[in-house]
Parts: sequence; C-alpha cells; structure tokens
Amino acid sequence: MKKSGTLMIIGSALLLGLFIFPLWNIQLEAPQYPDPLGMNIYISGIEGEEEFDIQNIDGINHYIGMKKIPTPAEMWEFNTFPLVIGGMATLGALLGILGFFKIIGPKWFLGWLILMTVLGVLGMIDFNNWLTDYGTDLDPRAIMKLTDSEGNPLSYKPPLFGSQKILNFTAHSYPRAGAYLMFIGMLLTLVAWLLGRKSKTMELNKN
Amino acid sequence: MKNIIKITVLGILGLFLQSCGNDGSSGSKSGAITSNAAERVYVAPGEHDEYYAFLSGGYSGNLTVYGLPSGRLLKEIPVFSQFPTNGYGYSEETVPMLNTSFGFVPWGDAHHPDISQTEGELDGRWIFINENNTPRIARISLETFETEEIIEIPHSAGNHSSSFITENTEYVVAGTRFSVPYPQEDMAIDQMKGNFKGPLTFIAIDDNGRMNIDFQLKMPGFNYDLSHPGRGDSHGWFFFTTYNTEEAHTMQEVNASQNDKDFIAAVNWKKIQEYVKNGGGEEIDAEYAHNVFDHSTQTATTTMEKKVLTVDPREVEGAVYFMPTPKSPHGCDVDPSGEYIVGNGKLSTDLTVHSFSKMLKAIENEDFDGDAYGIPVLNFDSTLAGTVKEGGLGPLHTEFDGKGNAYTTFFISSEVVKWKLGTWEVLDRQPSYYSVGHLMIPGGNSREPYGKYMISMNKITKDRYLPTGPELEHSAQLYDISGEKMELLLDFPTHGEPHYAAGIPAEKIKSKSKKIYRLDENKHEYAAISESETKMVREGNEVHVYMTTVRSHFSPDNLEGIKVGDKVFFHVTNLEQDFDVPHGFAMIGANTSELLIMPGQTKTITWEPEKEGVWPFYCTDFCSALHQEMQGYVRVSGKNSNVPLKWTLDDEEIN
Ligand SMILES: [Cu+2]
Repeated sequence: MKKSGTLMIIGSALLLGLFIFPLWNIQLEAPQYPDPLGMNIYISGIEGEEEFDIQNIDGINHYIGMKKIPTPAEMWEFNTFPLVIGGMATLGALLGILGFFKIIGPKWFLGWLILMTVLGVLGMIDFNNWLTDYGTDLDPRAIMKLTDSEGNPLSYKPPLFGSQKILNFTAHSYPRAGAYLMFIGMLLTLVAWLLGRKSKTMELNKN
Repeated sequence: MKNIIKITVLGILGLFLQSCGNDGSSGSKSGAITSNAAERVYVAPGEHDEYYAFLSGGYSGNLTVYGLPSGRLLKEIPVFSQFPTNGYGYSEETVPMLNTSFGFVPWGDAHHPDISQTEGELDGRWIFINENNTPRIARISLETFETEEIIEIPHSAGNHSSSFITENTEYVVAGTRFSVPYPQEDMAIDQMKGNFKGPLTFIAIDDNGRMNIDFQLKMPGFNYDLSHPGRGDSHGWFFFTTYNTEEAHTMQEVNASQNDKDFIAAVNWKKIQEYVKNGGGEEIDAEYAHNVFDHSTQTATTTMEKKVLTVDPREVEGAVYFMPTPKSPHGCDVDPSGEYIVGNGKLSTDLTVHSFSKMLKAIENEDFDGDAYGIPVLNFDSTLAGTVKEGGLGPLHTEFDGKGNAYTTFFISSEVVKWKLGTWEVLDRQPSYYSVGHLMIPGGNSREPYGKYMISMNKITKDRYLPTGPELEHSAQLYDISGEKMELLLDFPTHGEPHYAAGIPAEKIKSKSKKIYRLDENKHEYAAISESETKMVREGNEVHVYMTTVRSHFSPDNLEGIKVGDKVFFHVTNLEQDFDVPHGFAMIGANTSELLIMPGQTKTITWEPEKEGVWPFYCTDFCSALHQEMQGYVRVSGKNSNVPLKWTLDDEEIN
C-alpha cells in the first residue's frame, strides 16, 4: 500500500498545477492576425496570451454583437473552481496518506477518482454552455448580422475541442499544461487504486 | 580660362576612362549582370530583408528606410521637413521640432545618416542625420523610427561634414562647409580671407541619446566638406577634409580649385575634451534651438540656448594638424582598422591615403611644412601611406568591406572601383548608371563592416526607369561584393536625393521595433484615456476638444457650441492597443494637415472655422470594415450666438 498511497498523493497534488498553468487555450487566427489573438483559460479567470489580446478580441467581436469576455467577478465559476480543485487535491492527498499507513483501503482512491471525473465532466459541460452562450447570445443591434443558408443567425461558438472556421477567423481550442497535469494526476490515482488492489489481494493470499 | 579648359579636358578624359572601364563588360545597360541576379535579390512575400538601409533624402529633408537586398521602400521618416502624411511639423506636438533661431523652418536638406556605435560596432540605438542648409543635427530612435531630438548648430553654415559619430557615440560632429564671420557680423564679402571662420562643433551624446554642444573649434575659414572618426588606435581623433583653402569668396568653381593640395584636418578631440573639462575655452554668445520630443507627453518642446563654448585650436597643444591632400578632397574615410585615412580628391584621378601611425611619427618629429593660421601643416610625404593610381576620375567617397578592400565611387567616370588597402592596386571596376555620388556598405563606418552588399547612390537617372517627365527620382544600385568581382544585382529608385546612407543587419534592431504606444504611459496634457474622459472645454475663444478614436467611431462624434472666430484644438487619442491600427483625423477646410494617430498616441490639430454651418470630419485611415462610417459633425454657430457647448456620442452626453 505504500507505493499506492504515494502515487495517490502525487496524483492529487498534480491538480495544483491548475493554479499555475492554464487549463485551456483558444486562439483566433486570421489573415490580418499573423500572430493569432489568444486567450488562456485558467480556473480563476481568462487572460490574453499577449497583454492586449482580450481587449482586441472584444474589439473585433463587437462587430458581430458578441459580449465581452467575462472578468472573474462576472462568472461564479472563477470563484468556485479554485475551491473545488483545492478541495479535491487536499482530499486526495489526505486519502493517500491514510492509505499509506493502511488506515483505509484502495477503494477510497477509486471513489475519489469517480468523484473527480464527475466534477470534471460537469465542468466541461458548464464550459461548453458558456461557449454556446458567448457564441450565440448576440446583441440585437450588432453591426453585422450574419445568417446561415437556412436564415438562422450564425453561431460564433468556438469549438470545445479542435479547430473550426468562424468567418475570417479559424478558432483553435485545445487543453494546456494545467489540463495535462490534471489528466496525468487522475491517471496516477487510477494506477494507485490498481496497485493498492493488487497488494491487498497479495496480502490476502499470504494470509 | 585655363581652368575651364582643364575641366573640359577632365570631362573628355572621363568619357575615355568610362569607355575603357566598360570594355570588359557586355556593354549592355545592365553591365555584366549574372543570370541568377533576380533570385539573389528576391525576398519572397512575407519574408524579411537581411538589412535595413537608411538613405538620406537630401532636399526632401527626411530619411527613407529600405530593405536590402530587395530594395523595397519600407518607410519615410520625417526629420527636417513638414510631413502632412502624418501631421509631423503641423501637429501642435511636433511644430516645435522645426523651430530654429530663424523661427519655424518647414524644410531641410538632410545629408549623412550615421548609426550609433558601442566599441566601434553598430549598436542600433539611434540614427543621426545632419541638415545642411539651416545647420542642425537630428537624432532618430530606432525603436519608434521617430525623430526624437533636433539641435541647431550656432555660428555654422552649410552643415555638411556631419553627422558622424565616434566609436562609443561620445560625440557627433557638425562641421562648417561655408565659412562665415564668427560670430556673424556685417562686413564686406571680399574681406572674407582671414576673417571668416569654419567652426567644427562637437556635440556630446549622453546615455539617453540627449545631445549637448560640448565645444566649438574655431578653425580657419576653409570649407570643411566631410569627416570621419578615427577608430581602434586612432580613436580619439577626427578627420575632416577641406576645400577652398584658397578662401575664395566668388566663382569658387574656379577660384577654389587653384591650390594643388587642400588639407585633411586631424583633430585630437580627446585632448580638447580634456582641455575643456579643465576649464579651457571661452564662452561666447550664441542663439540656437534645442528641440526635444518627450515620449511620455508625446510633445516636443523648444529651448533657446544662449551660449556656446569656443576653443581656439592654437591654444591646445598638439590638438590640430593639417595633412596636405591633393585636389579638393570630398570624402574623408577611415578604414576599419583606423590606420588609413582616405582623401578622395574629387578633381583628380588618384586617391591619397594617409597613414595614422606615420602621422603620429611626423608629429613627434615635428616634420612640418609651415603652418596655416598657426596650425602646423605636416609634410605630405611623411604622412602618405600610398596612392591609388588611375582609379578613375573624380573620386568622391570610399567604404570598406572589412576584408582588406576599399570601394570608391568615381563621379566623373561613373563607376565604382574596388582596390586593396596596403598594396593600393585596383582589383575591379564596375560602371554605375549614372554618375555615382556616394556608396554604402552596412557598417562601413565602423570597425565591423558587413561586407556582403554595397549600394551606390547615383546622381543622374536618365533612362533607367520608365520616364516620368523632366523630374526624376534618383537611382540606387545594389552590388554583391562577397566575391572577388562586384556583381550588379539591382536598380531601385530612391526618394529625394540620397547623399549617403547607413545600413545595419535587420537582426540588430527588428525585435526592438515598437508595435504600439502604451495608453497607460500616455502623459499627454490633453489625452482622453477612455471615452468617458472625452469632453469640450472653452477658454475664451479657444475650444479644446478631448476626442478618442476606436474602431469605428469618434467620441464625441457630434459637437455643438463652436462659434465663428473660435480656434478649435482637436486633441485626438487613439484608444487602440493593437499593432498597426492607426486612425486618421481630417477636418473640412482646416488650414493644416491631417493627423495620423498610432495606437495609444495623442495628436492635436487646430481648426479656425470661418463659416456657420454643420461641418463634417472623418477618419482618413481605412481602419476597419466600418471605416466609411467613422465620421462626425461639428456645428458652427454665429459669433454672438449662445449655443452651449455640447458633446455627444449616440445622442448621449458623455461625462
Ligand atoms: Cu478609423
């Protein structure tokens, strides 16, 4: 259980990377922007890749009536996410320590992983909802009102994952270091559970 | 009369030499052009050139920026001339840049750009350039590519042997080409000889680039034509060519061409610097403008200076010597090692090269050949390093490739000649089209030339391009000098009349080039940093409009309460913080220019409406898809009306 507990501690600690590195990144590339405009999405807010990128994305988006990119104060998520991530990392580390000293069994690790996965999926759904709202809830006085072939207003929603053409821009939406660290961390907790289960079975066999 | 015959003979000789020079080539107008020349100058779309080249504009008063090897024009930087394209010299902020002791001078004659150096190498901080007509030196930032400072040179006339820089940018010099009474006074012109002077001004550069006149050397009244600093061992010296040592005051064409030899003046500025530091020299009255553009307020101010320190060269032991140099030398060029000083005797076929080490020895041995106004003249043979024989006709200017070779332009025989330092043998000659004046190798005036390309700047264009009426732009030619023979690769038209140029590898400056001005650093007195700060303020009959631009509207865009007879100041701040998104501002009937405002900048133009009505203004820069909509109205009411000041955007008052 020692190895398994240690992995559980390391795995959940890797979540803390989200406090340093961005979770996600969206880049907007266009002929006029050979250096793409980009935003880094952190659990506590959105920042431009370059100092004035957010201001310039807002400036361009106002033509098609999109809202400004929200500040941390404007979205509850940016207050809640750090608490959830911090809480889960602490909880995971605690479980790891208890496991290390064989106070609890590896089942608890699996439990943590399931909870984390559920929260992660909820987070993605929430993020996607925001993207949809951002890309479709447009100012009725927008300067340019574009419609698709069926006459419905165009959606400017950037993709949740992957690259997509939106008017003259190509939007690239991909995870960044924070997300990768989180995935690796979760994988480690999975390994922690598997290892823990194996050593438990071995112990049982010994007896 | 004899001289006129002589000049004619020289001319005929020139033709002869030129045809000789062409013998080896194909005889076509492109000379011996290599088949892959196009590839070698081709810079693919979106790719960058290898070098920046800064060409003086001569009578345009400005500086143009080209890319090499493509020869593409990248920018014109306004320096000494008003530039309605962006409002330089018209906007309230930049009018002071063109102030002089003669008042506002809207034009200049810009000659010799030189890039700042550290330890003899180009450092790419600033570029300096001189104005010949109303003597001035300007400093241009190579981060913003804007003129930051202009200092007038008092007591000088024809500021030609300028603006060359010492190898640690300690000094930029400003010589006097037209000797004048010093200080100016009313006297008979034919009293010139012995009474006029040719002051050489040494301007100290501080760490921020700020220029201040350290001292003025009161030299005999010759014409100081060109100059270059010593480097390496000769660092601490400055060399100036002279002509009209005859001190002729009329028909100089003939009368200033009498002496077989004129001089190169060798000035030990370190000695004089020391002398001045110890309280030497005499402070005399002067009047000159010092104009500085402050980047935080984005506004230039003029200070009128009243004194200058003058030094009599005879008072400083061992500071100044004359080296006799044949035939009215023009260019005065020092090789990268600092050992050779080349005098380009423009009415001769030969080049005279002096040796710095021999010069020191001659001084030590007091090997003098008399004196001129108390300044020792060194024996010609004792400083002579060698002569480049029969190089061509009418040598003007020499540059170096850093590999032991020199390249000289010959105006009369219209060619560039490559020769070897030390052996003085001619290695190659290529025709130029036509009558080449100056040439430039990037870093050519430094210890470290970049000997890959050379450009020649030609004085006569004739048939090189599609004809454009009697008035033609001058032409430059690009040569590849990396091989044994010079290869002509490209012709490209230039703007104004380049008298010299300076080049630098693009890598040394391109990453430092600014993209925007930061709005949060804008300390302009009348800036509006956001739309909520825009307003109108009346002070008597002056109305200050604090206005902003952002894609794609002005704030405010409806202005009322202005009356006939008012003077309206439009202070326009561009709120954009995105690279290459300027906005323009133009007001119907304004007797000034437009404004072109870069992101984060504030610029001001005035308008004095004379007629009642509703008058439009608009953005002149195609800034966005809604550019055509970027417009507004000013209501002008009668002189005695009481329409209150009112400024709105989208029918809402701003406050
Ligand atoms: Cu505009």
